[in-house]
Amino acid sequence: MKVVALAAPSRWRLVEGLFWLAAALGWQFAPDYSLLINEIAIFGLFALSLDLILGYAGIVSLGHAAFLGLGAYTAGLVGKIGLVEPALGLIAGGAIAGLVGFATSFLVLRGSDLTRLMVTLSVSLVLGEIANRWVGLTGGSDGLQGMVLGPLLGRFEFDMFGRVGAAYSLIVLFALFLLARKLVHAPFGLSLQAIAGNRLRSAAIGLPVGRRLVGVYTIAACYAGVAGALLAQTTQFVSLDVLAFHRSAEVMLILVIGGTGYLYGGLIGAVLFKLLQDALSGLTPQYWQFWLGIIFVALVVVGRDRVFGLPLALMRRLR
Amino acid sequence: MLTLLIDGLAYGMLLFVLASGLSVTLGVMNFINLAHGAFAMAGGYFGVVLVNVLGVPFLLALPLAAIGTGLLGLVLERTLYVHVYARSHLDQVLFSIGLVFIAMAVVDYTQGSQQQFLRLPDFLRARIDLGGATIGAYRLLIIAVCGVLAGVLQFVLVRTGFGARLRAAVDDPVVARGLGINVGAIFAVTFAVGSGLAGLGGALGAEILGLDPSFPLKFMVYFLIVVTAGGTAGMIGPLLAAIMLGIADVGGKYYFPTFGGFVIYTLMIVLLVRRPNGLFAR
Repeated sequence: MKVVALAAPSRWRLVEGLFWLAAALGWQFAPDYSLLINEIAIFGLFALSLDLILGYAGIVSLGHAAFLGLGAYTAGLVGKIGLVEPALGLIAGGAIAGLVGFATSFLVLRGSDLTRLMVTLSVSLVLGEIANRWVGLTGGSDGLQGMVLGPLLGRFEFDMFGRVGAAYSLIVLFALFLLARKLVHAPFGLSLQAIAGNRLRSAAIGLPVGRRLVGVYTIAACYAGVAGALLAQTTQFVSLDVLAFHRSAEVMLILVIGGTGYLYGGLIGAVLFKLLQDALSGLTPQYWQFWLGIIFVALVVVGRDRVFGLPLALMRRLR
Repeated sequence: MLTLLIDGLAYGMLLFVLASGLSVTLGVMNFINLAHGAFAMAGGYFGVVLVNVLGVPFLLALPLAAIGTGLLGLVLERTLYVHVYARSHLDQVLFSIGLVFIAMAVVDYTQGSQQQFLRLPDFLRARIDLGGATIGAYRLLIIAVCGVLAGVLQFVLVRTGFGARLRAAVDDPVVARGLGINVGAIFAVTFAVGSGLAGLGGALGAEILGLDPSFPLKFMVYFLIVVTAGGTAGMIGPLLAAIMLGIADVGGKYYFPTFGGFVIYTLMIVLLVRRPNGLFAR
């Protein structure tokens, strides 16, 4: 009986199938929007990775861009030294980000929300400063130059309309989403939710709290690194911007718009966010930041449930 | 060397005045207010407009900038912040980041994105010879003003009825309310004074810190360090932390110009991991 109740959320729903079908149809029938679809997929993956640590493990991070940037620079450098196969850059980006995520995960185990916030922020600032200073490696403020990309898996050449890029990002997103879905419904994910709910009691019933948190932080860093690698490869450019603070803030907003803790939040948030950004920066291109701020404040003061009540209610059925 | 030390001291004292308001909201009221730097920036721009555009004397512009920012803080506290006090830390972070973005865009729109300079009066440009080291009069003014403020703050917090009520309201808001203390009003006044101090610091330090729309983000880390390192027991902890930070930052940037930026962030990570409750924990 209990087992059935725990296993129920892991069953596939019709809505989920429709969601992914819509993504595929969007790619097929809206070729003009390939660049936008690509961006949404990458942002969705980035927000999904934040959801793993924020939504499932309850860690508030203010420096998640650190891993996006690491992945992007790694993929760019891999392309620069002559390994032109995009899959190699993708794996390398995820691996390096995962390594650094593992190393820094021990810093976020202790302390309060505030200390975690500051530690994650500092880590991303240190990385940003390294990228800024190590001009020989990263190109500093000019951005990384001379990144070369061959055809994907030796067969699919990236086109200038972003068709291949969008398909590539969507497929990677889907694959990693499946993995995350497996993970959060496995005992690993359930124990994470227990830890987020009450750390002390989780430890008391014998959950290895530290090891679980290190694990999920590393996996999330990997995911963010892959998102960064996708960003670098599909735009064929890496600049300091990938490590900037506003990236960390935006991904938080994306996730919160869509809702945390059910995996689709980041993806739905990315769709809403990108459409909103498209519309608002069409209105006043320079002051997108102003609207961004208004959304943040409104979301909190009015209440998340009330601003996004309708989509949330729809999504509940999906849980 | 001595010049460097004095510069660091002035910088640190300035950081203290800027962050002192935050040490109450964040350190004491446990509200994660990442938008504190926006108030400092507002004060700086008030100063620039008053001095450069309206021609108000510098020394008069300082208190005006502080009052202006304090009022702004009071209005925002009553209209927006009150709704967020009891929320989760995540909500507080989102809310205050939003305020930062809005402030940055508004300043960019009204004042432009270039760096602003506050025109200093001639007597502050003078340099004073002090036993082999020349020190700018402006630095001395900063040290004097901030020193006096630190003393006054400590006095108010520890020796006056208001300070006692504030400490009570912070230690246990429910009991304090039960004793007839108007906790909401105390927090509002404290918030306004804290914003006003940040505004004063912003105007006073515009010349050293550099004033442009990215100010709130650039100094967010510094304020957070002062507060977490200083702890919440009185004003002495944050003051010492701010001075150490100021000297470390100035020295770091002078002796290791390439690694200047790292010193501060690395310091913060080490500090947070080793002493999460601050250097001078109770």
